[in-house]
Amino acid sequence: MVMKEEKVIGAIKFGILSPDLIRKMSATAIVTSEVYDENGLPVEGGVMDPRLGVIEPGQRCATCGNTLARCPGHFGHLELARPVIHIGFVKHIYDLLRATCRKCGHLKIPKDEIDKYLNLYERLKDKWPQLARSLSEFVKRKAIKNMECPHCHAKQYKIRLEKPTTFIEEGPLGRLWPNKIFNWLDQIPSDHLRLLGYDPNFSHPKWMIIRVLPVPPICVRPSILLETGIRSEDDLTHKLVDIVRTNEKLRESIASGAPEVIVEDLWELLQYHITTYIDNEVPGVPPARRRSGMPLRTLAQRLKGKEGRFRGNLSGKRVDFSARTVISPDPYISINEVGVPIEIAKTVTVPVRVTPWNIDEIRKYVLNGPNKYPGANYVIDPTGRRIDLRFIRDLKAVAESLKPGYVVERHLIDGDIVLFNRQPSLHRMSIMGHIVRVLPGRTFRLHLAVCPPYNADFDGDEMNLHVPQNIEARAEAKTLLLVQEHILSPRYGGPIIGGIQDYISGAYLLSSKVTLLTQDQVSDLLASISYDGEIPEPAVLSPKRVWTGKQIISLLLPENFNFSKEAKISSGALKCTDEECFWDSYLVVKKGKLLLGVLDKAAIGAQQPESMLHFLIREYGNAFGKEFMDRAFKLFLRFIEMRGFTMALTDIMIPEQAYEEIKEVVEEAKKEIDELIKMYREGKLESMPGRTLEETLEIKILDVLSKARDKAGERAVKYLDPFNNVFIMAKTGARGSALNITQMTAMLGQQSVRGQRISRGYRGRTLPHFKRGDIGPEARGFVASSFVKGLSPIEMFFHAAGGREGLVDTAVRTSQSGYMQRRLINSLIDLVVEYDGTVRSAYGELVQFKYGEDGVDPKNTSFGKAVNVERIIEKHVGWKK
Amino acid sequence: MSGKKKIRIMDHELVPKHEVVPKEEAIKILKELGVTPQQLPLLRASDPVAREIGAKPGDVVRIIRKSPTAGKIVIYRFVIAG
Ligand SMILES: [Mg+2]
Ligand SMILES: [Zn+2]
Ligand SMILES: [Zn+2]
Repeated sequence: MVMKEEKVIGAIKFGILSPDLIRKMSATAIVTSEVYDENGLPVEGGVMDPRLGVIEPGQRCATCGNTLARCPGHFGHLELARPVIHIGFVKHIYDLLRATCRKCGHLKIPKDEIDKYLNLYERLKDKWPQLARSLSEFVKRKAIKNMECPHCHAKQYKIRLEKPTTFIEEGPLGRLWPNKIFNWLDQIPSDHLRLLGYDPNFSHPKWMIIRVLPVPPICVRPSILLETGIRSEDDLTHKLVDIVRTNEKLRESIASGAPEVIVEDLWELLQYHITTYIDNEVPGVPPARRRSGMPLRTLAQRLKGKEGRFRGNLSGKRVDFSARTVISPDPYISINEVGVPIEIAKTVTVPVRVTPWNIDEIRKYVLNGPNKYPGANYVIDPTGRRIDLRFIRDLKAVAESLKPGYVVERHLIDGDIVLFNRQPSLHRMSIMGHIVRVLPGRTFRLHLAVCPPYNADFDGDEMNLHVPQNIEARAEAKTLLLVQEHILSPRYGGPIIGGIQDYISGAYLLSSKVTLLTQDQVSDLLASISYDGEIPEPAVLSPKRVWTGKQIISLLLPENFNFSKEAKISSGALKCTDEECFWDSYLVVKKGKLLLGVLDKAAIGAQQPESMLHFLIREYGNAFGKEFMDRAFKLFLRFIEMRGFTMALTDIMIPEQAYEEIKEVVEEAKKEIDELIKMYREGKLESMPGRTLEETLEIKILDVLSKARDKAGERAVKYLDPFNNVFIMAKTGARGSALNITQMTAMLGQQSVRGQRISRGYRGRTLPHFKRGDIGPEARGFVASSFVKGLSPIEMFFHAAGGREGLVDTAVRTSQSGYMQRRLINSLIDLVVEYDGTVRSAYGELVQFKYGEDGVDPKNTSFGKAVNVERIIEKHVGWKK
Repeated sequence: MSGKKKIRIMDHELVPKHEVVPKEEAIKILKELGVTPQQLPLLRASDPVAREIGAKPGDVVRIIRKSPTAGKIVIYRFVIAG
């Protein structure tokens, strides 16, 4: 690389362009509204004047002599026949007109006060700019109030701003045309401007009145040549032509001595064109439109908003070598992998440098070309010339011309590493490295255990894929970003990647005591994970040789692994707290053998710290964790497929008799509530500490109703098979909860909005079906029906009211937390944990003397502590407590 | 309450231990941390505790405080005017 003279920006000063500066930086004056002549060539002095910069490749710039690549473009300028107001400064102009004298232009504050404030202002300016600004604001307000000039004693009149750009004095001056305003602002003494916060040398307010309009270079408003040969101009060019034309007419009518009314009309028109040229979304101004009716995208619109220059092009940019499509599940690939459609694999490429060792392989890609997979799209020779293989007829010749030093952009193949991402990218696991598996179909395939870190599901979610383009990036992706390196989450010291849903049901069923497997079944299961080790002696030899599920699972555990913990199902009647467990709800692994207990969410679930899965990964490493999950989860799924697993209506249906019991429960609760309401009405209810009587009543009613729901749930559940599939899912933590079952079988219970019974709607009642003042359960959103039985229209209404709150909450929460996240990230973005363990900013400032004050990585902790003594003992002696 | 009774903020439970570090030691510490004084967290000389311990602009102050993660932590601040 050629070293160039380095220039460092010392400071940036913002100001307003003065007419002199605009003329000085201008390459040419724009003098005609004609753009192209009859030959289609740009007219000199038009808005496409060649002196504004080169547009055709190969040409030399008439101004700077450079070619297209080097010419930065040059401004021109347009002398306006009459000045106009800059729409961006209307507020400033309005304030200044009101704060200064209409006759002498002085700030309408006595001289001694001005000196006093100016002194204070100068002292505040550098050290406390915020305070200086408040002072200016205060001085301005004070001056505006004064209706008589303290300097020349001229009477002042009220000035009205008729949006957007018309100023009117309610006095002798009347309409303040821009030229009058210019003279007024020009009179204001420099010191007075300074006190108001203006720097008269760099942003004199008189320059807020446009007398000379800068005309931007052509390269910021390029014209497009359509296939039909018709030239289509940029919105800005259109607007500039309007301005120049109106300006021409205005000048002519002034020169020909046209009546003042006509001149003023044209002047207003010029004001309109320049206003919309600057900002086409000014309130009260009809936006300038294209012939199609689309509003023009003028200067302010180019910068503003999400797709504007700042948020759209500077904070975030589009990238090459990326792909996006819908995701779908694939339990047969590894958690480290991602399934990539062939179509995408043929589009995003990896650049490979040709060496003597890979030249034969790469020749094959080149021979296949861009259309046959696996092929290549480009060949880049050592001079940097790109050969597009789409247009090469003789691929063989290109393949033969390959020599070490060439670079070939070949298709994505199995084993390549890519970055995979799902928005919103809230934590570091939202972008992970995956190994490519090219698969047929049109969706990205994702292992189900990797759903939790991405927070993905398959109801239409889309994800992005990025292909690293150099060795460093690939190495980084492989060592730092690969999925297996993120199994343990820094959010809580536990696996964020782990078993979900059917994996948990399957694990439970396979490890259950009642599961006995024949030799065929064992072979089937082990074949599904390509197991190639020994098969142990069956647990039962006679009358038939059968294996337990626990024996099969033990084959995947390390030989020296010890672990014991209560299972998730250990609760209620099945509770066990030690190895003496009849219900098989206490998990015991000794020397790598699953001896007791079942595997459920507490053992293999995602986001479960201190679980069997967690310790397996912690103690045997990420690679082992990945291998274990790939194999064990496949096994669990194979087993659940063999056994069959579904949810039927009969799983949650209860007999007529049960409904009677539930009715009884409801009646009882109603009676109790009637009693409470009676007591309340008679004034006998005692209020709870810190609560009003009404609140007390509500709390008591809610309490009675929630107890009623629980009781109804218990009654209903009694009639169900406690080992049906719905219960298995709820108990093992695979999906659903006891509450879900209650709501399906027994009753929904009280619906609430803002934590209270539903009470609003009509005057004194929720719906016209009730009497005013009825505060009984039904009138306030109590739903006594179940989902199976179905809801009455009124119950349905209350349920919808409660459900709506949930939706609104999530919508509000995501937008609020999203904004907080943005601000936090913007402030923390440059912080780095250095090799000495300190946390530093980009300027080397110390933020923490030791990361987290203890220097511990939370992902390697157990509940924040670096060492878990109990676990170490258990790990080595197989015994705990 | 009598207006005479002076409260010593250093005695308050929520005020951690502050002490001025001797010049030579401060130089050593800065070198170890690899920072310029300005890159340390700052402490105003007008800070009530700084006044109490007589820290002057240019001093380095050692603060020993309780930490929920590490139990006890030692940090340093550079005293600036103001
Ligand atoms: Mg979704
Ligand atoms: Zn040029
Ligand atoms: Zn005056």
